[in-house]
Amino acid sequence: MEFEPVLTRNLGVPNIGDLKVYQSRGGYEALRQALASPRNELKQTVKDSGLRGRGGAGFFAGVKWDFLPADHPGPFYLVVNFDESEPGTFKDRYLCDIDPHQILEGVIVTAYINRIDTAYIFIRGEFHHQAEVLQRTIKQAYKEGLLGKNILSSDYSLECVLHRGAGAYICGEETGMLEALEGKRGWPRLKPPYPAVAGAFGQPTVINNVETLCCVPPIIQRGADWFKSMGTKKSTGPKLYGISGHVNRPGVVELPLGVPCRELIEKHAGGVRDSKRCKGVIPGGVSMGVLTRDELDCPLDFEGPPRYGCMGLGTAGVIVMDEDTCMVTALRNIVRFFAHESCGQCTGCREGSGWMLQILNRLLGGQGRGRDLELLLDLADAQGMAPGKTICGLSDGTAWAARTFINKYRSEFEAKVSTRDRVAV
Amino acid sequence: MVWQAETRQAPLTPPEEPALDDKLRRQIRAMFKQYPTKRAVLLPALHRIQQQHRCLSPQALAEVAELLELSPAEVMDTASFYDMYSTTPRGRHVIGVCESLSCELCGGGELLTALRDKLGVEPGQTTADGKFTLITMQCLGACDFAPAVLIDETLYKCVTTEQLDEILGALD
Ligand SMILES: Cc1cc2nc3c(=O)[nH]c(=O)nc-3n(C[C@H](O)[C@H](O)[C@H](O)COP(=O)(O)O)c2cc1C
Ligand code: SF4
Ligand code: FES
Repeated sequence: MEFEPVLTRNLGVPNIGDLKVYQSRGGYEALRQALASPRNELKQTVKDSGLRGRGGAGFFAGVKWDFLPADHPGPFYLVVNFDESEPGTFKDRYLCDIDPHQILEGVIVTAYINRIDTAYIFIRGEFHHQAEVLQRTIKQAYKEGLLGKNILSSDYSLECVLHRGAGAYICGEETGMLEALEGKRGWPRLKPPYPAVAGAFGQPTVINNVETLCCVPPIIQRGADWFKSMGTKKSTGPKLYGISGHVNRPGVVELPLGVPCRELIEKHAGGVRDSKRCKGVIPGGVSMGVLTRDELDCPLDFEGPPRYGCMGLGTAGVIVMDEDTCMVTALRNIVRFFAHESCGQCTGCREGSGWMLQILNRLLGGQGRGRDLELLLDLADAQGMAPGKTICGLSDGTAWAARTFINKYRSEFEAKVSTRDRVAV
Repeated sequence: MVWQAETRQAPLTPPEEPALDDKLRRQIRAMFKQYPTKRAVLLPALHRIQQQHRCLSPQALAEVAELLELSPAEVMDTASFYDMYSTTPRGRHVIGVCESLSCELCGGGELLTALRDKLGVEPGQTTADGKFTLITMQCLGACDFAPAVLIDETLYKCVTTEQLDEILGALD
């Protein structure tokens, strides 16, 4: 069956950022439909659709919404995660570039379902242009009665505020984001309590990624079964894949979840540049680890990458590296990123990433010592949330990248240990 | 013996006039109604101050603290956390070269070297004429246009070293 684009349905429509044009393409019909439906039914539809979060963790959206305390009198907040700072990821920016009203419709429908009073769209500070576009979009929506008091003459009211970040990857982590929203340094909070119970300003808060929210209106309009007809059993629906690095046609493509990595690169990104061979592929942002050239059959859905030793699908920001890439240099780049972005609260993450960077620099400078690879792996094991060693998942990214790069390209790393030391061990 | 404290800082000379002008104060106050706390206005307020003053001076931080009913230390605590805020003045144009993976794979490193040579400064430094500050940045969310450079508020896509003279020349 030919795949019919969902999130990119309005790609290339002239002036789609204009409300009238968006409406002429069926825009805000889902909102109308939602406002006339009971909230429970809508939430059930989203749950039945199997929609999973597109921000990195893949948590079921409808299930998360269920954690909001039913007896809370309000207020409830929605915080939209448009921080998009994971290296290799640019799909949310793309959504805003090709169809900004689509984002807002997703926000309003989701807010309605969850009885939200105020939605804060948290956009990373470096997205100057996109912030301007969204600000305009929000203004238009207020003017046309799609935001504010009594939306489309219903009894539902919603305020929407665009909030700009100020250059810190950690604010993509949902509780770091809440701290930034509250005017503090973006230090992730210890959980529990989870944001659904005590989030922004201490109130119950839904946090979702931009792409997740964009899936909601189509689900409301076309139903759970339609959504489930795309993708795999456990990873339903369409997905935006961002492809960058050594490919002929970098960019974003929308495909059903589960496309094999090889097909994505060969068919949708024009293959590896300069007719070179592929050496390794990062499946979903640099936090996830790496797939080797022999692992490219890996389906890019939520279950695929873990079967190949990676942490997960992540953001589906795929980075392709050709045969000439030095994997030690690539890992150094990734570790440098995490060392720079560590918020500093947890020792394993703050110190560990810095030490790892030093060791990698030493290896690349020809000064590698015999025990360095084990030391790197030890440091990776001393951080991360999965075994409960740190507050947030940032350092899991450091750990998974280091583990997979070193284990899968071991000989390349060993070759960097200075010959004198190699003999000695 | 008790530990003796010295005054390590010269007392702040009271400024002739406030760092934040009336318009800026009005703009900041206008944002109060969008949030349940005044403190939540801090990031947007700092953005506005930095945009107007090109840096966050101690005096401006103290004044914004007063406006938001915070202590100056709380404001400093937040301001110092974020890369986009600078407490020292930057050049007229800030050139940010992305140093993350996709850009590095596509020649971001060479671009940075070329800029260093052309401007004669290291990342973090400002040219002597105060025109350019060169910085490195983490992934700009524009990896489809690697290597990417952010100059002030404008994204430059797929930049080559050959284009640098033209790009720099067009900035006043
Ligand atoms: C270090 C770190 C950075 C993150 N950055 C982002 C981000 O930029 N955008 C995003 O949507 N989610 C990001 N997340 C995931 C969020 O914490 C959260 O899971 C997500 O916003 C939930 O939305 P979803 O369920 O719709 O995916 C990050 C997580 C961590 C640990
Ligand atoms: S794991 Fe790292 S980024 Fe996360 S809270 Fe701890 S120190 Fe901060
Ligand atoms: S790696 Fe440079 S923009 Fe993403």
